[in-house]
Amino acid sequence: MATIDIPADMELVYQRPESLTPAHTHYCPGCTHGIIHRLIAEVLDELGLRERTIGIAPVGCSVLAYYYFNFDMAEAAHGRAPAMATGMKRTNPDKVVFTYQGDGDLAAIGTAEIVHSANRGELFTTIFVNNAIYGMTGGQMAPTTLPGQVSTSCPSGRDVELAGFPMHMAELLGGLPGTAYVTRQAVFDVRGIRRTKKALTTAFRAQLAGLGFTMVEVLSTCNTNWHMSVLGALEWAKDKMVGYYPLGDTKVSDAVRAMLEEK
Amino acid sequence: MAKELWEGNAAIAEAAIRAGLEAFYGYPITPQTEVLEHLSHRMIELGRVFLQAESEVASINMVYGAACTGVRVMTSSSSPGISLMQEGLSYIACSEVPAVVCNIMRGGPGLGNVQPAQGDYFQAVKSAGHGDYHMIVLAPSNVQEAIDLMVLAFDLADKYRTIAMLVADGAIGQMMEPAEMPPLRPLRKPEERGEWALTGARGREPNTITSLYLGAENLEVVNLRLQEKLRQIEANEVRWKEYDTEDAELLLVAFGTVGRICQTAVREARAKGVKVGLLRPVTLWPFPSARLAELAGQVQGMLVVEMNAGQMLQDVRLAVEGRCPIEFYGRMGGVIPLPDDILPELHKLEAAVGAG
Repeated sequence: MATIDIPADMELVYQRPESLTPAHTHYCPGCTHGIIHRLIAEVLDELGLRERTIGIAPVGCSVLAYYYFNFDMAEAAHGRAPAMATGMKRTNPDKVVFTYQGDGDLAAIGTAEIVHSANRGELFTTIFVNNAIYGMTGGQMAPTTLPGQVSTSCPSGRDVELAGFPMHMAELLGGLPGTAYVTRQAVFDVRGIRRTKKALTTAFRAQLAGLGFTMVEVLSTCNTNWHMSVLGALEWAKDKMVGYYPLGDTKVSDAVRAMLEEK
Repeated sequence: MAKELWEGNAAIAEAAIRAGLEAFYGYPITPQTEVLEHLSHRMIELGRVFLQAESEVASINMVYGAACTGVRVMTSSSSPGISLMQEGLSYIACSEVPAVVCNIMRGGPGLGNVQPAQGDYFQAVKSAGHGDYHMIVLAPSNVQEAIDLMVLAFDLADKYRTIAMLVADGAIGQMMEPAEMPPLRPLRKPEERGEWALTGARGREPNTITSLYLGAENLEVVNLRLQEKLRQIEANEVRWKEYDTEDAELLLVAFGTVGRICQTAVREARAKGVKVGLLRPVTLWPFPSARLAELAGQVQGMLVVEMNAGQMLQDVRLAVEGRCPIEFYGRMGGVIPLPDDILPELHKLEAAVGAG
């Protein structure tokens, strides 16, 4: 990383985490992927894990995440990141492994892989970015699209009689015995961002301690495919998404609780 | 080491262990389940990784994940399970990570049955997943050869950073034969993993393993590199066995179990004065095309025998390019052609081409 000389009367308070590359992201203006990437990078830096981390990018908007993270990365087939992570972590227990997955990836095509990985208590961390829409393919209905929410494949709004109900993945996975820590957070305001970072720290620490499967679901926005302004999308998310997807922990195992109390 | 009595599936599993298998991920399916069962206790005894996955889709992606970190890894399955792995195989091929897959073929299409068959020739040789690539495909015809080829599969997969698939039909998987196991190789040390592997970016730039290349030119460059590698494999790794071809006027071409049965057919036909030989491809890809083309100049006709509707037949025709007549005899659904079925076909060919 480039070093800079800081004048004696000044203090460095903010810089790019070492776990991020200097690349400009391809994400739309207003997209929250950038915030989530940065939080992961900050947490891995703070825990000193960058050099032993292997990340797995999904298929979806964050398919190119490996350009932005400054550590070893693989790119999975759609939905299969948890199976890849299982293969990696089982053969490399000393490494820190995480999957970064969107809602279509994790809650539609990859449901079997995530449920079984979680249930086996695989010792990797999943960051599940839920923005209630298929972003990369241009705004189709996702497994997490809200009832009544308009998309290009449910132009009159999601009809639950026709398309079924949105998936509550944090609740579903939190109910499995193999999971150590499952939580749902949101990055719609500063408070939520700080809480998300705290949740990521807990998840990675629990992975390091070998306590079980960990997942942080992060409610996110897609102003482009929601056809809203950036601020309008954040307001809509706070108003509608949080109502349907309550924030907070759905699983904190006794071992994770003990780990947190120890600190 | 002395010969021991080995069941084909268990032998394949044990040979993989001897070759330095570090991790196995798989799903039960007849007639290969004994591979998984053998590994389920042996791998744990040896402190290696064994995991029964939730599906073949998961198995192959677990293999992909482990392969990205440079360990020796495999999965095994049977025909319908291999169909489920096609996506993963394509990603692994483009990502250029080494992986070994074992397919103990059964009757198809669909759920088919659990009898021995060779209906996956096309799938293994021509159409494993989307895009332009080939796997190295190894076809044993007995238990000893299955052991030897299993070890070779790991070495070739590593050498070319590609997929090596062992295709054996259920008969080889389920039969018991005396065979000799190779010695147990030491496991690869973590520091011996390839420079390309995902091992944590400690003191080096990060490694990325992907099969995504967005620009048309970029993806073409990748494809050209893959094709160059395939040409190298074609130049170096074609393997086959010949029996009584020196003076042959007719040639049988068959692989796997039926390749072995054709050895008996050759003996019986020779006893009746028919000058017939046998070419048995050991690598189905790369295919022994050049040698077949050569033999096409020597023999007066060929008879291809398969446990399918005529899949390898197409590659024989491509190799021979009309230089001699080619006939086909195939059985499907798990029916195994016997020498008594093959000999009349041979006589028909003999009469048609006027040999002898």
